[in-house]
Amino acid sequence: MQRNLNHTKICVIEKVIDETPTVRTLIFSDDVMSSVLPGQFAMVWIPGINELPMSVMIAQESGKAAFTVRKHGPASTGLFNVKVGQQIGVRGPYGNSFDLKQGKLLLVGGGTGLVPMMRLLTHIKPNDDVTVLIGAKSKNEVFFEDLANDLLKNNPHRVIITTDDGTYGEKGFVTSMVEKLVNETRFDGIYTCGPEIMMYKTVQLAHSRGLFVQASLERMMKCGVGICGSCCVGEDLVCKDGTVFDGDHLILNMEFGHFHRNKAGILENY
Amino acid sequence: MEPSLVTSIGKIQLEKPAMLASGILGISLDVFNRLYRSGAGAVVSKSLSTEPWDGYPNPTIFGINGGGWINAVGLSNPGAPNFAKMIEPNKDVPIIISLVGSIPEDFSTMIKQFKNSKVIAYELNLSCPHVAKVGLEVGDDPDLVKKIVSTVKNSTHVPVIAKVGLGTTHYLNTVSAAVDSGIDAITAINTIRAIAIDVETQRPILSNKFGGLSGTPIKPIALRCVYEISSKYDIPIIGCGGISTWEDAIEFILAGASAIQIGSAIGDNWIHVFNDINNGILQYMKRKGYSKINEMIGLAKKS
Repeated sequence: MQRNLNHTKICVIEKVIDETPTVRTLIFSDDVMSSVLPGQFAMVWIPGINELPMSVMIAQESGKAAFTVRKHGPASTGLFNVKVGQQIGVRGPYGNSFDLKQGKLLLVGGGTGLVPMMRLLTHIKPNDDVTVLIGAKSKNEVFFEDLANDLLKNNPHRVIITTDDGTYGEKGFVTSMVEKLVNETRFDGIYTCGPEIMMYKTVQLAHSRGLFVQASLERMMKCGVGICGSCCVGEDLVCKDGTVFDGDHLILNMEFGHFHRNKAGILENY
Repeated sequence: MEPSLVTSIGKIQLEKPAMLASGILGISLDVFNRLYRSGAGAVVSKSLSTEPWDGYPNPTIFGINGGGWINAVGLSNPGAPNFAKMIEPNKDVPIIISLVGSIPEDFSTMIKQFKNSKVIAYELNLSCPHVAKVGLEVGDDPDLVKKIVSTVKNSTHVPVIAKVGLGTTHYLNTVSAAVDSGIDAITAINTIRAIAIDVETQRPILSNKFGGLSGTPIKPIALRCVYEISSKYDIPIIGCGGISTWEDAIEFILAGASAIQIGSAIGDNWIHVFNDINNGILQYMKRKGYSKINEMIGLAKKS
């Protein structure tokens, strides 16, 4: 029987990688999750704790996938603490994916927003000239730098790190570096995922210069399948219409970059 | 002449017979506008309570192998006052406000908050199967149903609909209590109390353990209820439960429904489902030679 992608599938964690003191990557085997498109997500069940929407991380062996989680609230801390041999449930994948342009590409990732950027790197063409911009608060929160360089080893590329406190890479916010880069280079495609204010500024900077830009949004998500409505942004549902939206669409959305909804569905300011 | 999709549920007039069911996609006016543009004849809000409710933790929904869903979102909603304020700018969308509460005063208090909003009807949630003290626990008490319906009918001139479901009391007793108290229409049915257990971890999947079963598995049951209600009572009925195609919609109309509600099918087919159903009904009407929806309502009972 064909697998029902809405039915929770149990997977066993096979390997745990500590990326930073607060970020871990959990690797497991699953054919469906191993081949998802960049931007798609899964609903991840941590039995007895919660279920979370997670971008699907790459695992470099075939047939394997991963989730990269930062411990934050009770649910993400529950996933962070899952040990090798423990079971999690996955359903999906859900959502759309990035439109892949060719040529000069800029990928802007903040925190675990780097996950769909890493998957996107596995889809680039050999001639693409790729700049990966990684934003972090400080040196000990930088991760995926080596992975990005490794994935891009056959492409013309650069990986630029910015830290807010200047303890590693360039000092300052990632969006200041975005501004510098888009002033220097006419990129054929810009992709971003991370904190919404970062994405909002990136979309503004790119859109105002007429550059193609897409962002992968994150919202309060309960069902993941377009029923509960929790993840709406204006008239868009992140789970069904996204997670990836074009910059020229987002720039017209009055909620993007300004509001998110709480568990009860009430709009709150960022 | 092109057949008309216009239908009336008592005093409630709709341009198209398929409306959004309560609990689905209902927290943003922008989304309501989009659904209306996509062919929904009306939208029913999420069930609103006097105060905002967060709902249950995840997992709140589970897809059943073979089709259908079990959900326990837990009636998460922004609360009636916030919601009333959000829909005040609405001019175009026919909105039905779903209300949930424990006592008659909960309902009458909330109705007052919508005095500046364009509301075409109120739907009383007497049937949610997974939240204590409200929904089905209220619907299972016919005396309380009578008190609630009487209080609400005295609070507003806007038509009032009772949404009934399958609980411990026979649902026809709930219908009877609502009809006796002057209800304007009945929506039948809500989700049915259910559970999903994962065999690997050997535990219930939903955080609330129990949820409501919806989608194609409940369609024949919902259809039976509409048929029974329309056979026993002279009351307009809105059919709800597992409707995902135009054939399903026609079945409910033939069983006695004046209109239908769509919920789970949005999870399966997204919002294109409204136009697909509208177009299918129109083609059927052309083929069978009907010009109005009301020519088809309840025909299955005559055959």
